[in-house]
Amino acid sequence: MKNQLLLKNAGTMLVRILFAVVAAFPIVFMLVSSLKPDQQIFGDMSSLAAFLPVGNISFDNYTAVFDRVPAARFLLNSVGVSAVTVILGIFVNSLCAFALSRMQVRGKKIVFTAILATLIVPFQTLALPLVWWVNQLPYFELNGFSLEFSKGWLDTYQVQIIPFIANAFSIYLFHQYFESIPKELDEAARIDGAGWFKIYRQVVMPLSGPATATVAILTFLPAWNSYLWPLMVVQSEELRPVMIGIQYFFQLNVSWGEVMAYASLITVPVVVLFIAFQRSFVNSIASSGVKG
Amino acid sequence: MNKKFTKILATSIAAAALTATLAGCGKGSASSSTEGSGEIALWTHNAGNPEELAAVQKIVDSYNGSQDNVKIRIQAFPQDSYNDSVVSAAAAGNLPCIVDIDGPNVPNWAWAGYLKPLELDADLSKHLPSTVAEWDGKPYAVGYYDVALAMMARASDLKAAGVRPATMEKPWTKEEFQDALSKLKALGTWEHPLDLGTAGTGEWLPYGYSPLLQSFGGDLVNRDGFQSAEGALNGDKAVEWAEWFRGLADQGFMAKKSGKDSTQDFLNNKSAIVYTGSWAGDKARAALGDDLVVMPPVDLGEGPKIGGASWQWGVTSGCSNAEAAMDYLSYSLKPENIAAVAKATGAIPASEEAAAQIPAFAQGGANRIFMDFSREYAVMRPETPAYPFIATEYGKAVQDILNGADAKSTLDNAVKAIDANIKSNGGYKN
Amino acid sequence: MATASLPTRPSPATPETALPPSNAKGKAPKTHSRPGFRREQLSGWGMIAPAALLLLAFIFIPAVLGFGLAFTNARLISPRPVEFVGVENFARLFSDPTFYRALLNVAYFTVVIVPVQSGLALVMALLINKKFRGVNFFRTVYFLPVVTSMVVVSLLWLFMYRKDGLINEILAAVSFGLIDGPDWLGDPNTAMPAIIILSIWQAAGFHMIIWLAGLQGISGELYEASQLDGTSRWQQFRYVTWPGLFHTRSLVLVTITIQALGLFDQISVMTQGGPMDSTTTIIYEAVQSGYRQQETSYASAISLVFFVLVLIVSAVQRYLTREKD
Repeated sequence: MKNQLLLKNAGTMLVRILFAVVAAFPIVFMLVSSLKPDQQIFGDMSSLAAFLPVGNISFDNYTAVFDRVPAARFLLNSVGVSAVTVILGIFVNSLCAFALSRMQVRGKKIVFTAILATLIVPFQTLALPLVWWVNQLPYFELNGFSLEFSKGWLDTYQVQIIPFIANAFSIYLFHQYFESIPKELDEAARIDGAGWFKIYRQVVMPLSGPATATVAILTFLPAWNSYLWPLMVVQSEELRPVMIGIQYFFQLNVSWGEVMAYASLITVPVVVLFIAFQRSFVNSIASSGVKG
Repeated sequence: MNKKFTKILATSIAAAALTATLAGCGKGSASSSTEGSGEIALWTHNAGNPEELAAVQKIVDSYNGSQDNVKIRIQAFPQDSYNDSVVSAAAAGNLPCIVDIDGPNVPNWAWAGYLKPLELDADLSKHLPSTVAEWDGKPYAVGYYDVALAMMARASDLKAAGVRPATMEKPWTKEEFQDALSKLKALGTWEHPLDLGTAGTGEWLPYGYSPLLQSFGGDLVNRDGFQSAEGALNGDKAVEWAEWFRGLADQGFMAKKSGKDSTQDFLNNKSAIVYTGSWAGDKARAALGDDLVVMPPVDLGEGPKIGGASWQWGVTSGCSNAEAAMDYLSYSLKPENIAAVAKATGAIPASEEAAAQIPAFAQGGANRIFMDFSREYAVMRPETPAYPFIATEYGKAVQDILNGADAKSTLDNAVKAIDANIKSNGGYKN
Repeated sequence: MATASLPTRPSPATPETALPPSNAKGKAPKTHSRPGFRREQLSGWGMIAPAALLLLAFIFIPAVLGFGLAFTNARLISPRPVEFVGVENFARLFSDPTFYRALLNVAYFTVVIVPVQSGLALVMALLINKKFRGVNFFRTVYFLPVVTSMVVVSLLWLFMYRKDGLINEILAAVSFGLIDGPDWLGDPNTAMPAIIILSIWQAAGFHMIIWLAGLQGISGELYEASQLDGTSRWQQFRYVTWPGLFHTRSLVLVTITIQALGLFDQISVMTQGGPMDSTTTIIYEAVQSGYRQQETSYASAISLVFFVLVLIVSAVQRYLTREKD
């Protein structure tokens, strides 16, 4: 009986490992190839060596990457844009969800339905009208000590951030999570004389760490990965995010080693970030009300 | 927990402040809207191509140093997405003064009203005709260089197979080409002796393959008025071309989808004949030395043909300081400048004077042959605003035919789409 | 490489059909005389406003603009005045064989992806649901593909799917040279399956997390009770786990469906709709006409049709997965 159980567990572990191998092999291949010269990448392809850092290993590809692309600047831009989008996104979306979930606001059902309806509009179909539209928006510029108005958001940081702050999926996740927090807590706080914002800030949000972590990751990924949008609205090299950099490698003479090196360079920070937050993220989404 | 939240809130406020600051100093310097007094922005397609970018930068630096009125500022984009970036900016009304445009797109831009006709001090009459883009009888863009298509092979391979190298005096005919491929294939060295770069996408498809169609006697569109593709793109000649092209793959002479980098594959001896451009010339010669033969494309009936026109410069109509922009362009067209860029790119210099300054392109130079190809064989892609549309339709047709679609009906469909597009644009008349 | 337009803003998903009717139940009747009512309205709207205004400005307005364009002859760049042309764009769309091919491809993709991806994701979730040594390692590895950008993933797989690429080498190795893999993306018969495999690989981790959330929400007592009854693992799954995942099921279904219908990034990087339209999709056609071919109004018409299509599919799903009392 015990042996049978052991066997079963070993079998399960084997399946787990199998899945892990499938999930990881292209990424391992990418990382390993980034250390090899092109000739060897192709040469190793037919053997296990494709996944092993063997042979002529060096960081040459990475050096070449920095020669070709202002990679540090792009990384910095992406970190900045993603971080600001995440932080403002958490604030704006949780605030909205709070009112929709815990307050008796008239017409909130219609608002909530309208918000959720935005999820079925794919971004690609909006992109063109949106480019024209953001270029009509007013723009404030701090010029010395005077605030100046001008028109058009193209070629700025904010055009990469502000359209993506409000997100229906984030609002939905917060909403579902807030529903699971007992309303009695609000009542108690109100009796103590707390205003709504204070309840949001001091009662509800402190209990919503898991939902916050989930929204943070789910906002971060698309922000970090954005590609079509910056391509269309950012012209200055100093404002470009990391994904645009990939295009730099498909000029004449494609070097796959460099492509792999750059791909690794822009993927690894996300993986590290995820590992750092892994526990709270997985636990959080587990309890963040996606169970409905 | 409460403290933690206060911290988060504090961070968000700090972040919001940061955004404001970023916004304050974060307006990019690329667009025309920030062209302050005396600054002119210039967009170019060669981010990720350090040599060409450096050559252009050098011209700009020397121009900036030569006078005090204006400063030119370069903004480089990666080539693959350059057109998307520029078209988006154009649609939003946010173009710089000077733009780099792929030659065949110039009529479309000029028609749409985004370009000013050039008024240059420089004499364009001595330029290679394919480096000056005209629309409606006026020049709208001018390039420093052109590129030429060619076939490259190893002399030793041809000899081993018993095949005569093609020359400009006597290019291969269709039959000779067939014979050469059979013999090379029979050597057994290569799975596919021919590499036509069939993995290419985008502009490569019309650039690379419409000359083959033209050599058969077909064309992308009827050039008389550019009102229809009927007969040109789906006539007997065109169908003949399609079936021949498809046949190259069916007979195992070439892959339906070649490797990503045809030149590299050729140098790695994965193919015997590569159909590529003058840009690969230096690299191939460095690797193969005297064994390299550069041959004109096959004469498929109407003589060898290659595509004309590469990247060119134009001045946008919204430019507030067009005079200065024109002045810069005139300055940049000095022979030494043209020579510097051509050298950096390995491309064919636009003028004879510039060519004289580059040994490889001077009379008797190793790359001189590309210049001759350009003069003798270049056919401009149709100079009509419909070109971007025609190019995508043709590109798709090429890929479908290669993958086994019926030649006649595929071409018929392309013609139908092209004609409908021309009609819905009122014939693209001014 | 014509990787020119690769949007990467995955619209994560739409859970609206999974919404519990929690808002409606058990609330005190609204009375205007309740103390603080006005203040509650004011602060409530104040809190909703930032998100609502942003969504209005950056989704509703452009969507309405776009849909308006569908009835005109607007071009991306053109000197010709924009004119109202009625349903001309739609007439052209519905007589375009490529559009039907795109519909078929998307249907094919969706019909395969929905069961296979959700099934695999559930298996993965079950594998790492219980605590064991190394559980965090496995959770991280299973989630790795999700954190990798679709542009990077597509490039990577483009490379691996070559005729002489890694996938074919692996196939040859495990079959002792018996399988000579096809040129995956170059053959109309294998291109879509290749895209499907890659898509599942990339996205299954995301849905695994959603399943995991559902699994963790099932009370442990139910499992203990079933264990006391001596049920088999399968019976346990059938009678405890599966019913317990009711809400999660509809959420997974809806999110995968919407993701699948909007298929674009992979196509744009890897196949550009080819070979012979075997991988073209509705969104890809819209982007292709909108940018490359500069036919903005036609692209808007495609978008509008797509929008209606998603609405219909969502409504049908909502009807099929409704709670049966």
